Amino acid sequence: MSATTYAGVEVRLNDEGFFEDPTVWTPEMAVEMARADGITELTDQHWTVLDFMRKEFFEKGTGPTVRVLGKASGVSVKDLYQLFPKGPAKMAARLAGIPKPKGCI
Amino acid sequence: MGYRTEGTEPITKVSIIISKGSLEGIYPGLIMANGARAEGMEANLFFTFFGLDAIHSKRIEHIKVATVGNPAMHIPTLVGGLPGMSGIATHMMNKKMDELDIPSIPDFIEMIGDTGCGMYACKASVDMFGMSKDDFVEQVNDIITVGDFYDLAAGGQIIFT
Repeated sequence: MSATTYAGVEVRLNDEGFFEDPTVWTPEMAVEMARADGITELTDQHWTVLDFMRKEFFEKGTGPTVRVLGKASGVSVKDLYQLFPKGPAKMAARLAGIPKPKGCI
Repeated sequence: MGYRTEGTEPITKVSIIISKGSLEGIYPGLIMANGARAEGMEANLFFTFFGLDAIHSKRIEHIKVATVGNPAMHIPTLVGGLPGMSGIATHMMNKKMDELDIPSIPDFIEMIGDTGCGMYACKASVDMFGMSKDDFVEQVNDIITVGDFYDLAAGGQIIFT
């Protein structure tokens, strides 16, 4: 576990860089984290995915896999890999301030 | 870093060989390739021998579970060999996987293509079975030799299934 500062707020992260407490997340933090990951601007499509990730997490207790994202978020699998090149579900979950999604497919 | 041993580097590239044409022979390789891409790794799939059925446009819809010679099926080999047994076992397994939202093999191949995973057919097997690129689904990038495969796999891990 480690601590870092996003958008002026101290945030605790687990050893893979995911938020320990998803409730402290703000959209400004996502913008800052995305820039550090090489995404200069979060587009409407990025936000569609991030909002969907958080919604699923708070409803179901775990974030969606790429398969679920592709079927239900309104963004296709092809586009997901363009938007989040370092692995869509994992990268989007980190930017959305939720734990790494569980699931194999 | 989850389950990764401290001090080790994460895997960044995998090339997975699928050499069997049964349902249980094809799924593991597909799941590993899809999972690799989901983790942000570079991934390639190489289909050889009966594994070619997984990308053959006419056969991809008819992949079956092998019910003979598989002790883990827990049915006697003679019963497993009765006509229709493979179809029944396949139907049951597909139903279970559908409940778990595991895609069918045709859907999975399409999805894996969309992830940007490379898909290649083995030239020796294609020649042996008298096939050509026209026999394969559109996701297949090319028919390549074993030498080409090693070039593609350079800098990563190779997994044989």
